[in-house]
Amino acid sequence: MSSRETRAAYGFLSPWIIGFLIFMAGPMVASLVLSLTDYDVLTSTDFVGAANYQQLLADPKVRTSLANTLIYTVLHVPLTMAVSLGLAMLLVRAGRRSAGFFRTVFYLPTITPKVAVGVLFLLLFNGQVGLINEVLGWVGINGPDWTSDGQWIKPGLVVMSAWSLGSTVIIYLAALQDVPRDLYEAAEMDGASPWARFRAVTVPMISGALFFTLIINTISSLQTFDEVYTAFFGSSNQQTYGNDAALFYVIYLFQQAFQFLHMGYASALAWLLFLIIVIITLLQVRLSRRFVYYESE
Amino acid sequence: MTAIQAPQAVVPAPAEPQHDGGRRRRHPWVLWTALAVAAVVFVYPFVWLVSASLKPRPEVFDNALVPHHWAPENYATIWSAAPVLTWMVNSVIVAVAAAAAVTVSSAIVAFGFAYFRFPGRNVLFALVVGTMMLPGAVTMIPTYLIWNELGLAATQVPLWAANLFGSAFYIFLIRQFFLGVPRELFEAARVDGAGYWRLFWRIAVPLCKPALIVAFVFELRASWSDLLKPLIYLRDPALFTMPRGMKSILDQFGQAGESRWEVVLAGAVLTTVPMIIAFFLCQRYFVEGVATQGRKG
Repeated sequence: MSSRETRAAYGFLSPWIIGFLIFMAGPMVASLVLSLTDYDVLTSTDFVGAANYQQLLADPKVRTSLANTLIYTVLHVPLTMAVSLGLAMLLVRAGRRSAGFFRTVFYLPTITPKVAVGVLFLLLFNGQVGLINEVLGWVGINGPDWTSDGQWIKPGLVVMSAWSLGSTVIIYLAALQDVPRDLYEAAEMDGASPWARFRAVTVPMISGALFFTLIINTISSLQTFDEVYTAFFGSSNQQTYGNDAALFYVIYLFQQAFQFLHMGYASALAWLLFLIIVIITLLQVRLSRRFVYYESE
Repeated sequence: MTAIQAPQAVVPAPAEPQHDGGRRRRHPWVLWTALAVAAVVFVYPFVWLVSASLKPRPEVFDNALVPHHWAPENYATIWSAAPVLTWMVNSVIVAVAAAAAVTVSSAIVAFGFAYFRFPGRNVLFALVVGTMMLPGAVTMIPTYLIWNELGLAATQVPLWAANLFGSAFYIFLIRQFFLGVPRELFEAARVDGAGYWRLFWRIAVPLCKPALIVAFVFELRASWSDLLKPLIYLRDPALFTMPRGMKSILDQFGQAGESRWEVVLAGAVLTTVPMIIAFFLCQRYFVEGVATQGRKG
C-alpha cells in the first residue's frame, strides 16, 4: 500500500469529508451550542445554560407535538409494514410479468409530491363531501370529520399515508423473491401449515428487509412534515392558521426556528428529536438481534 | 446490518427464477381479485384528482368518475393567477442541479471506497453509513445560518448546493455497483499507464451507468417534491419551486382562502404530472433502486 495510493484515495473521498464537516459534524456541534443560548437572529445573544431544556420540558406544545408524532408513528409504521407485506405476498404469487405491472401501480403514488398528498387528504377525507365517507356510507358507516375532528386527524393521516407505501412493497417483494424455494418444499413435505410456513420460513428469511423498513419508516415517520403542514398550517391574508391536533414535532420545530426565530430554543428541540431517534433506533437494533436472521453468519 | 451483497453483474441484478412463494395456486381468482381491488384503490386517487381538476366549481365534490361538465378553464385560471411556468422552470433547474450534483459527487466518493485499500477505510465507511440515520431536522438551523452568513439564504442555492458533497445513501448504492466491476479491468488499465481518475471516469462510470441513473432519478424525485427547504429559504414568489408555489395556491384558494378547490386541484395536478412523466421514462431505475435498498439490509 503506497502512500501515493492513500493520498489518491483521500482525494476521491474529499468531497464527502468536506461536506461531512461543514453540513453535518459542524452543524451538530453548532446546534448543541445554540441550544444553550437565546439566539434569535435579531437581538444580542446570551448564554442561558439549560434554560431552553427546562422550558422545553414545561412547554405544553412540546408535549402535544411529541404525542401527535409518536401516535402517528406507532400507527403508521406497523400499518405500512403489514399492508406492504400482504401486497408483496400477493405479488410474489402472481408471477413475474403481472407482478411487474402491479408493482408499478403500487409504486406510482410514492412519486406524488407530498403537497399534492396533503391536498388530496383534505378533499378525499372531507367529513361532508369526501369520497372516503361516501364509500363508508355505502356499507352503512357514518364516517367522522377526518379533517376537522381533532381525534380523527391522525388516524386519517395514517390511512392516507398507506397510499404511499409502494417502496416498502418493492423491498419486500425483492426479499420474498430471494427466498429459496426448496425451503418451502421441505416445509410442505414436513406437513407444515401455510401459517407455520409463513412463521418458520418467510419471516426469518425476509427478517433483514423487515428490520430495514422498520428502521427507515420509523425515522422518516418521526420527521413527518410536508403533507401535514400542507393540509393544516400556513398563512393567508396575513393571517396564520394551524391545528394543534396536527401539530407534529418537526412542524413545531420549524415554527419556532423560522417563524418565531427562536433559534436557540428550536436547537434544543432539534437535539431532543435527535436523542429520541437515536434511542428508538438503538432499541430497534437490540430487538432485531433476537429475530433477524442473517444467512451469511 | 451485515449480509451486504455486491451485485453479481454490473447491470442491476438479473431476476431469479420465478417461484410462487411455495404455494400452489389453488384459488387463482382470489389472488387476482385481491390484486385488482388493491390496484383500483391505489390508482383511484389519481383519477379522482385529475377528474375533479376538470370539473366546474359546483361539481368538484360530486365524486363522479367522469365530469358531468368539463372545465378545462381551471388550468387557464391558475395559469393567470400564479406564475406557474416560472415555478415549473425553477423546480426543473433546482431538481436537475440537485440530482446532477449528488450523482457526480457520490460517484467520486463511492469510487474512493470501492477501489482503494487504505488506512481508516472501514471506519470512514461506517461513518458514511451512520449519517443515513442523522435526522435532517437537527442540522437544519445551523445549515440555514451558514447560507445566511454567505448571503445566499434567500436564493435557490441552498436547495441543491449541499448535494455537491455526496450523500450517504447514494455513495452506498454506487459503491455496491463499483465493487461488482472485475478488478482485472482496472489492473489492466493500470499496466497501460492509466491514472486513477481515468479508471474512475473511463471504466467504472461507463460500466455502472444504471446505478448512476438510479441515484439521479431518486434525487430528482426527492428534490422536486421537497417542501420544507423551499419554505425555509425562499421568500420571493418568483423563486418558488412548484411545491412551494402549490402551498401558496392552497393558502390563497383553499380552505383558509377563497375555497376555489378546482383551482387548487389543477395546481396539484401540475405539481404531480412532471414526476409521473419522469417515472414512466425511467420506471426501471426507480424500481431497481428501491429493490436494491432492501438487499443492503
